[in-house]
Amino acid sequence: MRNIRAVAANTFREAVRDRVLYNLVFFALLMMGAAILVGQISIGIQQDVIVSLGLSAISIIGIFIAVFLGVALVSKEMDKRTLYSLLAKPVHRWEFLLGKFVGLVLTLAVNTAAMTLGLYAALWSVKRPLEPADAYILVAVYLILLKLALIVALALLFSCFTSPFLAILFTVGLYVTGLFAGDLRTVRGLRMDPSTLQFTRGISYLLPNFQNFDVMAPVVHGQGVPASFVWNATVYALLYTAIVLAGAAAVFSRRNLK
Amino acid sequence: MRLIFPTSGGARILGKSINDVSVHGSIGYLPEQPYFYDYLTAHEVLDYFARFHGLTANDRRARVEGMLKKVGLESAKKIQLRKYSKGMLQRVGLAQAILHRPQVVVLDEPMSGLDPLGRREVRDIILELKREGRTVLFSTHVLSDAEMLCDRVGVIVGGKLRGVGMPGELMEIKSHGMEILFELPNEPSNFPLLAKAARTGERYRVQLPEAELYDAFDQLKAAGARISSVTQLKPTLEEFFMNLVEADRAQAAAVEVSGK
Amino acid sequence: MNRKAIHGTLFAALLLAGFLGVWRLQLAMDGQHSAERMEEQELTLRSPAVLKKLSLEYAPLMGAIYWTRAVQYYGEKHRLHDPHLELLWPLLDITTTLDPQLIVAYRFGAVFLSDSPPRGAGQPDRAVELLERGMKANPQYWRFYQDLGNVYYFDKRDYLNATRAFEAGGRFPGAPPFLKIMAARIAAQGESLETSYALWLDIYQSTTNSEIRKNAEDHLRLVKAEMDLRELNRLADEFETKLRRRPLRIGDLIETGLLPGQPRDPEGFPYVLGEGGRAEIDPKSPLHEDWLRDQFFAKQANSVR
Repeated sequence: MRNIRAVAANTFREAVRDRVLYNLVFFALLMMGAAILVGQISIGIQQDVIVSLGLSAISIIGIFIAVFLGVALVSKEMDKRTLYSLLAKPVHRWEFLLGKFVGLVLTLAVNTAAMTLGLYAALWSVKRPLEPADAYILVAVYLILLKLALIVALALLFSCFTSPFLAILFTVGLYVTGLFAGDLRTVRGLRMDPSTLQFTRGISYLLPNFQNFDVMAPVVHGQGVPASFVWNATVYALLYTAIVLAGAAAVFSRRNLK
Repeated sequence: MRLIFPTSGGARILGKSINDVSVHGSIGYLPEQPYFYDYLTAHEVLDYFARFHGLTANDRRARVEGMLKKVGLESAKKIQLRKYSKGMLQRVGLAQAILHRPQVVVLDEPMSGLDPLGRREVRDIILELKREGRTVLFSTHVLSDAEMLCDRVGVIVGGKLRGVGMPGELMEIKSHGMEILFELPNEPSNFPLLAKAARTGERYRVQLPEAELYDAFDQLKAAGARISSVTQLKPTLEEFFMNLVEADRAQAAAVEVSGK
Repeated sequence: MNRKAIHGTLFAALLLAGFLGVWRLQLAMDGQHSAERMEEQELTLRSPAVLKKLSLEYAPLMGAIYWTRAVQYYGEKHRLHDPHLELLWPLLDITTTLDPQLIVAYRFGAVFLSDSPPRGAGQPDRAVELLERGMKANPQYWRFYQDLGNVYYFDKRDYLNATRAFEAGGRFPGAPPFLKIMAARIAAQGESLETSYALWLDIYQSTTNSEIRKNAEDHLRLVKAEMDLRELNRLADEFETKLRRRPLRIGDLIETGLLPGQPRDPEGFPYVLGEGGRAEIDPKSPLHEDWLRDQFFAKQANSVR
C-alpha cells in the first residue's frame, strides 16, 4: 500500500510538472467562448449547447490524456531506464503498475473536477441561477471518469507488451470498437449465419462496452439517470478495470528488461 | 535485480532467493548510466526512493540530507535533474543505492563518465562502505580500480567467468622478478649490473630475479649509486586480462582452421 | 503440479470469473438500455448536409454505415411486424447524400419504401424521389428506370409513368430488350396480370437477395390467385349466359361441368363465390388481405383515370 501510494504520488507530480494540466486553459477558453456566443445566437437551447459541448470536451480531453499518458506510464520508464533503480527496491512489479494507474486516474480526476467547475461556471453565466436538475451533470462526469479509468487500464495493458505507438493504436481502436459493442449484439435483419451471429454476440460481451458510460443524451436535456444504471456502470467499470490490470500485471511481471 | 529472468536456474543473495522481494531491502543497486525522473530534484528523487524502505518522515529527511552531503550534491539539491551533468547523476545514483544502508551494494560501472575528482570520491565511498562491513560488488572496465579496491576479483571474458580470486592470487600464476631504479654519481664506474640496465634520463632501470637482489644491492653500494625504488614486478590485472583474451582469440582461430 | 502451473490456473480461473461477471452485468444493463431507448435516439442528426460536412473526406464510409443502419432498421421492423417505418426515408436520404454513388441504397431502398405495409413503408412517392435522385447522380445506370417503372406499375398503379420509365430505360445502349417489351405491353393493356407475373418471375429468378426473393414469391402467389379469380369470373359469366342466372357457389360451376373440381389458391384455400357471384379469396387465406388492398388500389387507379 505504502509503495503504491509513493508511485502514485510521483506519477501525479510528474503529470503536473509536465504541464499536463495546461489543457485546462484550453477548456476554459472553449467554455468562455461558448458561453459568450451561445447567449447571442440561440434562444432556448443555451443549456443544451453548453452542457453537451462541455461534457464532450471533458470526455475528449480526458480520453486524450488517458490514452497518451496511459501508454507512456510504463513505456517511458522503461525507455528512460528510470525503472531500473526502482525495481531494485523492495517493490513488487504489480505494485509499481498499480501505483502508476492510481496516479494517472488521480490526475484525471483532478483535471476532470476542474473542468466540471468550468462547465458549471459557464452554465451559471448563461442562466443564473442553477437548478437542482443541473446536478445530473455530475452523474455524467462521474461516468466519464469511470470510462477514463478503464481506458487508462487498457493503455497500460497494451503498453506492457507492444511499442507505445501500437499501444496507442490498440487502445483507441478498442475504445471505438467498444462504443459499438452494444450494436454488435443487436445486429439483426441481415440474414447472418447463426454461428457467425453467435460469435459476434460472444465477442460483444468480451469487449469493453463504452456505451455503458454514455448518458450524455438524457443529461443534456436535463433528464435524470436511474440510480441502478449508475450502480451497474460502476460495478462494470471496477470489474473490467480489475481484469485488465490483472492481465497487465501478469504480462509485466514476466517481462525482461534489458 | 529482477530486471531479467533466468532461462533456467536461480540466484541467491544473503541466503534468500532474489525473487523474494524482501531481500531487496538489504541490497543497493546502481544501474549503469543511471537515469532518474528529470522533473524531480535530487532531494525529491532520494525522498521518493526512501519511501520504499519504510522510513518515518523524520528519518527520511535526515537520511536524504546526509546522503546528499556525502555525495557532494548539497548545493545542487533544489535543482531539477534535467539540468544535472552525467557525473552529478552518477552521484545521485550512488546515493540512492546506499540510502537505506544495505548489506550488499551492487554497482554497475560506478566510475564511468566521471572526472578524476569524481572517481576519487566514488573510490572513497566504496572504501568507506567496506570499512562499515558492507559487501560491495562492482563491475568496471578500468582494471586499476579493481586492483586498488577489491578483495576478490572475477574476470569475465566473452560472457564466461574466467577466474575468481584475490587480485594477488590471480596474478601469482606468472613468475615475478624485481625492478630497481637508481642514479649514479658523476664519474661512472663499471660494474656487471650496469650492462643489464637501461638508461632513461638520469635514471637507470634494471630487472632481475628476486634471488639476485642482494648481490645487486652490494654492487650498487660499491658503485655509490643512489637507489630510488625497488618494486616487485608482477603482472597487472590488465596483463592477466589481455592474456585471457589472446588465448581466446588463438582458440577461435584454431577452431577456424580445423573447421576447414 | 508446480507452483507456476498453479498460479497460471488460478489466474485463468480468476479471469474467467471476471468475464462471467462482466457478462451478467452487461445483460442487466442491456435490459435497462432497451427499455429506455426511444425511437428518436436512433437518429440524433437528421440533416444530411451537416452529416456530410462532419464526415470530412470519409463520407462514403459514413454512407456505408448509414446504409447498414437502414437495412438493419428495415430488418428489425420486419422481424417485429412493425409497420411504422418513419425513419426509413431519413436514413436513406442521409445515406444517398453521403454517398450518391451507392447504387444498392437506391435500388433496395426504393423497394423497401414503395412496398405496401407490412412488407414496406408504403411510400411509393418517396421511392420515386429516391430513384430520381439516383438517376441524376448516376446517369449511366439504366436499371434505375426499370426500378422506377416497377414502382409506378406495382405500387402506384400509374401505368402512364410506368410506360415512360420502361421506355426511357430501354433506350439505353446495353439495356436488355425486356424493358421495351414491358413498356409496350403496359401501354397496350393498361393492366395485365400476365406481364405482372412475368415481371415478378424475372425478379424472383434473377435476385440473390433473400428478402427480395421472398417479396417476389409473395407477389407471384397473389398474381397467380388474381389470374385464377379472373378465370373463375369468366366461367361464372359463361354460366350466366347459359342458365340465365348468376352461380351462387363454386359447386354450381362444377355441377354444370364448367369446372373439373374445387379450385384452390396458391396457399391451398378454396376459392369462394361472393356477392353477385363474383369469385373471391377465402377470408381465412393469408392472401386475402393483400388481395383486398390490391382491389382497393385498382379501384382508385380506375377512378383517377
